[in-house]
Parts: sequence; C-alpha cells; structure tokens
Amino acid sequence: MAFAPFLIPLTALLLSLALFGVFVSLAGADALAVYHSIYRGAFGTWFSWQNTLVSAAPLMLTALCTALPARLGLIVIGGEGAMVLGGLAAALTGLVLIDANAWLALTGMALAAMLAGGLLIGLVGWLRHSRNVNETISSLLFNYISIAILSFLVIGMLRDPETLNKPSTHHIGETHMLGALGETSIHWGFAYGVIACVILWLLYKRTTFGFAVDMIGGNVRAARLSGLSVGRNIFLVCLMGGAAAGLAGMVEVAAVHGRANTSLNAGYGYEGILIAFAARHHPLAIIPMAILFGGIRAASGLMQRDHDLPDATGLVLQGMIFILLLASEAVFARLALNKGFKA
Amino acid sequence: MKNPKLEMKQDCAIDQSRRGTLKSLAGLGLGTLAGSFGIGNAEAASKVTMGFLYVGPRDDYGYNQAHFEGKSAIAKQSWIKAVDQENVPETIAVQKAMESMINLDGAQVIFPTSFGYFDPHILKIAPKYPEVMFLHCGGLYDAKKHPKNVGSYFGYIDEAVYISGIVAGHTSKTGKLGYIAAIPIPQVLRNINNFTMAARSVNPKITVQVVFTGGWANPVKEAESANSLIDQGVDVLTCHVDSPKVVVETAEKRGVFSCGYHADQSKLAPKGFLTGAEWNWSKIYLDYATMIAKKQKIPNLIRGGFKEGLVKSSPYGKAVSAKAKAHADKVRAQFMKGNFVVYQGPIKDNTGKEVIPKGKGYSQTDIWLESMDWLVEGVVGKTKG
Repeated sequence: MAFAPFLIPLTALLLSLALFGVFVSLAGADALAVYHSIYRGAFGTWFSWQNTLVSAAPLMLTALCTALPARLGLIVIGGEGAMVLGGLAAALTGLVLIDANAWLALTGMALAAMLAGGLLIGLVGWLRHSRNVNETISSLLFNYISIAILSFLVIGMLRDPETLNKPSTHHIGETHMLGALGETSIHWGFAYGVIACVILWLLYKRTTFGFAVDMIGGNVRAARLSGLSVGRNIFLVCLMGGAAAGLAGMVEVAAVHGRANTSLNAGYGYEGILIAFAARHHPLAIIPMAILFGGIRAASGLMQRDHDLPDATGLVLQGMIFILLLASEAVFARLALNKGFKA
Repeated sequence: MKNPKLEMKQDCAIDQSRRGTLKSLAGLGLGTLAGSFGIGNAEAASKVTMGFLYVGPRDDYGYNQAHFEGKSAIAKQSWIKAVDQENVPETIAVQKAMESMINLDGAQVIFPTSFGYFDPHILKIAPKYPEVMFLHCGGLYDAKKHPKNVGSYFGYIDEAVYISGIVAGHTSKTGKLGYIAAIPIPQVLRNINNFTMAARSVNPKITVQVVFTGGWANPVKEAESANSLIDQGVDVLTCHVDSPKVVVETAEKRGVFSCGYHADQSKLAPKGFLTGAEWNWSKIYLDYATMIAKKQKIPNLIRGGFKEGLVKSSPYGKAVSAKAKAHADKVRAQFMKGNFVVYQGPIKDNTGKEVIPKGKGYSQTDIWLESMDWLVEGVVGKTKG
C-alpha cells in the first residue's frame, strides 16, 4: 500500500471533477468542453503554467500560517491579517530604506513583514496559552483589525497624495521591486513559497523542535511531563506561521504593487486555510495543493469566457475538491480498519 | 464659457495582425479529444475581439453591471466577439486575466474597467503587447508618461448627479438629503458637491448628510448608514458605492425616496425611486469596435458628459413632480449644449472658507476639479477623520 497516500487524494480529485462535470452540465454547459478549458487555462501551455504558479505563490505562504499551528492542534485562520500587516510593514520599511541599495531594502522589507505577521499570530498563540482565548476566534478578529489598520493608514497619514482615487502609500521605487524568475513572468514569491515549505518540512521532520511540536500536538500533558516548554513552543510556531503569511504580504508589495493599499486584502489568506486543510497540514503537500488551487484560479477566467459560467464556478470546484479530499481521509481510515491495515 | 468638449488625441493605432498567436494556440489541447471540443478560434479570426474585466459581479445593479450592459449591447453585433470576466481583483490576477484574454482568446482590445487596474497592472502588461490596445475606464491617460497602446475613457457622470440633485431638491419635504459614499476621493466628493449644489439651487435651506463607509462594496455598513440617516429625518437617499442596491432597497423599505447611481435601479424601488445617474457605455464600446473594424486610429483619451452621450439619467419615477421634471430637463438641455457651469463662484466649502471666488468659474473639463478635497456648503460631513 505504498501508493495509498497518493492514490486516495487522486481518487478524491477525480471524483470531484466528475461531480463538477454534473454541476456544469446542470448549469447548461458542455462538461467535456469545460474540462478542456480548465486544462487550457491552468496547465495547457507554458503561459498557463506561469499563470498557475503565480497564483499559487502567495497561497503556499498563507497556507503555512494555518498548517504550522495545526500540528499543535491549533486552528489559526489569521493568514489574511498577517499578510495585510506584513505588506504594510514591508511598504513602510521600503520607504524608510528608499535610498539604500536594493538588496538591503528587500531584505529589510522581508524581515519587517515577517516580524509584523509573526507577532500578530504570535499574539494569537500567546493569548491561547496564557489567557485561554480561543485561537480561531481571536485570529479571525485580528484579520478585521489588521484590515482596518491598513485602510486607516493608507487613506490617512501614509497616503501618497498622487494616488487620488486609489489611496495607497508612496511607491517603494522601481529599482527596489522584486523581479521575475529568469525569463518567466513568475515572480520570486513562488520560490519563497517553495523554499519556506521545504525548510519548515525539514524543521518538523528532522529536528527535536519538530518532535516537540508533534508531541505537544499529540498530548499537552505528556509534553509538559517530559519538561517541554509548551507556551514557548506555541508562541514560536505561531510566530513562524505568521511570518510566512507576512512574507506573502511583502511579496505582494515588492513584486506586484510597489505600494501598500487595500488590494493586499484580496483573500489569499482565506484561501490559504483551505489549502492547509486540503494538504492535511503537511508542509510539502502544500506545494502541489497550492498549485492545484492556483490552477483553478487561473482557469476560472477561461471558464467564464468560454462558457458564460459565473465566476463562482471556480469556487464550486474548489469546494468540491476540498470536501471530497477531507471526506476521503475519513472513509479510507474506516476501510483500513475494517481490512486490518496498519495505517 | 468653454464648452466641455470631447477630447481626442489621435496618436496611436492598433495593429490588426494578432493572428499568429491564435494559430499557435489553436493546436493545443488534449490530443484526440480536442476535436470534440467546440471552442472555435477560427470564427474569432474574422471578428473584432474585445475583452472586458470587472472588479465585481456582472449583476451588481451598479458599476460593474453598467459595464456588463455596455458589453452585452455590443456583443449582439455579428462582427464582434466580446468576452468578459467578473470578480477580478486588483492584484496580479488582473494582469494574468488580461494576458490570458490576449493569448488564449486573441483579444485585440482590452477594457479593464476598474480604476485600480491602471497602475501598476495595465502599465506593466501593455508594453509587452504593443499591438493590443488597453483602454482603461478612469481617464488617467497621460501622453507624456504612458505607453501608446494605452488609452482611457471616462464620463462626467457628475452632470447626471446634478440632475438627480435637482429632482431630490424638489421632492424632499424635510430638507434633509442623505449621501452614502465609499471613500473621500475627488471623484466621490465632486458627485456629493454637485448633488448638494443642485438641491440647494431648488431650496437653499437643504442640507446633505454624508456617510463614508470606507469601502466600495460594504453592504452591511451601507444598510446601517441608510437606516441611521432615515432615522435622522433624511427623506431622499443617494449613494456612490459600487452597488447602490442595498441603499435603494433600504430606502424603499423605509418609505423614503432614492436616487440611483451607475445603472438603473428603478426596479428595486418602484415607489420611491426618483431618477439616477447612469453610465452609457454601450455607445463608446460600439464606437471603439467600429474604429477597430475600420482600422482607424484609436484616440488615447475620450471624456464627455451628456453632450457626448457617455452618461444618462434613469427614467423619472412615479413620485417626481411635473415641476421637478421641467427644471431637470431644462438644466439637462443646457448640459447638452455645453453651456452649464456647475463650479461658478462664489462657492464656499462647508467650513465657511471661500474656495472659488466670485467671477471665477471652472468648466467641466478643468483639471483643477479632479483634485477636489473639499465639501461644499450645505454638506454635513468631513473629508478627513
């Protein structure tokens, strides 16, 4: 059964595609033609692949914000807030370092963004551990607060007066923008995402820190009895998750907008939650999941244009994949038990 | 007085030969399956292909619907292929969507209709596709700074808002009007000021209370603001948000009057809807398509109001009196002739400061009006804090 870990999600994926076919047929479209559009829009050409990978880039980082604390048994949904604050911090740092050289400015922006996002989710972890505040609720509310802070500052004191009808901060300078990977149109955010997923996987898999995290996630009392500092580890894990989402905000500012404005609040954080769950909080599995969901994002436009389907069609497909992936896990676990497999 | 005239700077054209991309893409697909899929690029080759992008849903009863209606009107022409995409956020997603329309659908002209699509998104993609024209709704084109295959178009919708203000002024009994607006940017402030001055030209005692919701699509706050304004005695509501649906429906439910914006909302409020300021995009979209079909040069900047047919008023509702209609029609006729100046001094702002001295007038096309950061006397509200 070595293939089982791949076979099950693949079956779930095919099932959800079949179900989606029924759905679009009911909506009056030709299912086969819709499949073809999805393939063409997401993976059919190198151009489509680049679209997909660009869409996937921020999703990997925001997914980590949910996936990392999940190993501790915490359900954190504050990726959107961490990303927004990260972007804001990056833009501010970029403006402070506007005369510095590009490397220094970009490094400063990345660090500031990771710190801002990290502290936000770190606070969520601290509140959970020390004040027993439910982390899901607090991280959700922090999203609203972060978005409000962003709008307040970009409409108010940080606004570049030139940005008359779209309030934004001043531009960080074209020379300080994050470029594309080689000859492609894929920005560096994709590489950051992959690297972050791999590093954090190694951290969880190969270090005592990772072992400690799994132990706390498994049984807090046992972890405490073994002398692990639960509070410190919760804070650190949340800090790392928030830092990843914060970095996504920095990429949005440095690679796409050049400024901080309300476009930072584009839903990447919320979609990251979906991807973290679909990947079952496994840092490496986040990479293909983000590419799959990024592909659906990229193909959603073609589904609208070719078949007159509404924009929500892409969301329906995402939802079907998500539910069937999660359900398949439960179903398989039961099958495995019945047949006496050791899962 | 200077007539607000349609500006046309003709210094750029569209190359019609984008067929190479189409051909190279036509061969893609799932091998043998490809034949069964009826996605025809062949039929597109003889047509003018236009791509539209909206930031919100096509059926929002507002900004995006106005563009969708414009697109739908021209899509009926047999020689036009119009594709569109809704809910495209102002992120890299719009860059990718534009490129996808060019590469996969063979679009020759792209209409990214949201204000925030321009900088940096259009400015980044346009230089990569010099043979495609990018026409942005928002009037930001600057020949000195921007690529030649970029253009912009926009309507002086504040003229139509002025007409709404006249009707509102005639209809209100309490003398209190309400304006629910997204954020205090020049375009929004100009509409509020026009509405206020028009209403006060009917009855100088009228005040307009403004609430800024802080976002373009914030239905919960829009409903709360509408209710609280009505509780304060406001009896005509209007708004400047992406979708006026919530405001107009709330007004109707509470038994007060409303003026619409962006598109026609009369269906939502059969009793209390007075009139509204609407875009008339179908005209300009057809003009552009005709220019492309005839291989004419596309002007980089097109702006205009009633006179140029870029804006219109929604049909009057049942509650509008004959007197109000006569007054509104008279002013509209002046706009049509191009000899009505809204910003004719003396004009004070709502802190009592004189912003336009006596004898000084700013005609419609005056660039000074586009950096407006003040609210006119009679408006209850602040632009900051």
